[in-house]
Amino acid sequence: MTSVAVIDYGMGNLHSVAKALECVADGVEVVVTHDRSKIEQADRVVLPGVGAIRDCMKEIKRLDVDKVVRDVIAADKPLLGVCVGMQALMTLSDENNGVECLKILPGHVAYFGDDLHDPETGARLKIPHMGWNQVHQTFDHPMWNGIDQDARFYFVHSYYVEPVDIGMIAGSSNYGISFTAAIARGNVFATQFHPEKSQHDGLQLYKNFLNWNGRV
Amino acid sequence: MGLAKRIIPCLDVDNGRVVKGVQFVDIRDAGDPVEIARRYDEQGADELTFLDITASSDDRETMVHVVEEVAGQVFIPLTVGGGIRKVEDIRRMLNAGADKVAINTAAVFNPEFVKEAAEKFGSQCIVVAIDAKKVSQAGEKNKWEIFTHGGRKPTGIDAIEWAAKMVDFGAGEILLTSMDRDGTKIGFDLELTAAISDAVNVPVIASGGVGNLDHLVEGVNQGKADAVLAASIFHFGEHTVGEAKQCMLDAGIEVRL
Repeated sequence: MTSVAVIDYGMGNLHSVAKALECVADGVEVVVTHDRSKIEQADRVVLPGVGAIRDCMKEIKRLDVDKVVRDVIAADKPLLGVCVGMQALMTLSDENNGVECLKILPGHVAYFGDDLHDPETGARLKIPHMGWNQVHQTFDHPMWNGIDQDARFYFVHSYYVEPVDIGMIAGSSNYGISFTAAIARGNVFATQFHPEKSQHDGLQLYKNFLNWNGRV
Repeated sequence: MGLAKRIIPCLDVDNGRVVKGVQFVDIRDAGDPVEIARRYDEQGADELTFLDITASSDDRETMVHVVEEVAGQVFIPLTVGGGIRKVEDIRRMLNAGADKVAINTAAVFNPEFVKEAAEKFGSQCIVVAIDAKKVSQAGEKNKWEIFTHGGRKPTGIDAIEWAAKMVDFGAGEILLTSMDRDGTKIGFDLELTAAISDAVNVPVIASGGVGNLDHLVEGVNQGKADAVLAASIFHFGEHTVGEAKQCMLDAGIEVRL
């Protein structure tokens, strides 16, 4: 039986993530915690996050979550970043006048801009990007198992990730521009959207995570 | 391909039961909220909104349990409104599994509350609910005012200015209800919806007056709404969410199928 630690640093949709994980696998042990030993004991780890990056990073550092995340990755355990949890893995975010992130994946987090338009229709696009958008899978990955190409997932965010190495982009979406919806690097997979709020396909992604050995 | 327009069934909950009044009278019982939430989820609802219309604050605990139970079974975004007055109310609902809270009356009496809430929890989970009523006469320039207490108390606040202010204060979304249309089934106030949608750079949910599926299409195409909310057309089995989406798709609107 697999166990999952959902990292609790006070900034997240933790209950929804835990409930989604419990829903997709009978008997899966889910702990919501920031306790180092509990996280290290788990077979796999979720780094969630909502809200502003400055507050998230502050809590991540205060609770020493940054070190734990690095250790989990170094131990080759599967790690899933969600929303701001994905953004936190990058080098730097433009949010809150620039915030240094965990620097685990090279790249930065950019703002959509206040003057965003649909290039085809010219229609104004609202910020936050909120709702169900299609995710184009750019390569095969165990995390995409059983999920249709261009399936819709639920997003709510104003900033998006721009990795230095575009080969890391596992899924992309369009909102005025093409942006990164998911990244994959080794035993790390991260989504800008919220799988725990994306109904069947989101639950499938969590199921895939519980079955993933962290290798591509 | 891009972002889909959302269809949001709304459940008015009174002491743990879903009810739907017609202009705040003639409350009809529509059933168990958990059962109804599951049904809408199966039909393809993009989100669900629960409005707690329970009069007594003692019974608010009932709503927390409803949210907890729904959140354990339904994996789409949940918004909870009604009686959200303190930071503690927000925390309680988010912990129960809500993704967003809708602040209405408390925002009018204390706009700083919206600022505080957005700073604490992030704009993405703060919806400001606006109940607006037309106050201009025929022939005059359109003017809508904010009303509180279920549309009974005028405030003298201009609806468009108020929406812009609430977004400045950190609202991540506006839930706009026309009190003139709520419960009438004659369609959204499209002028009001378009005016608010043009005035703010956050998504606007149109609410109040949906009587048929074409009204939903109008809300998006003429009202420029990012999402449409309806209650009675879904509750009493007149239409399914799936039918509503097909109707919007036929009208050229992008939806999640």
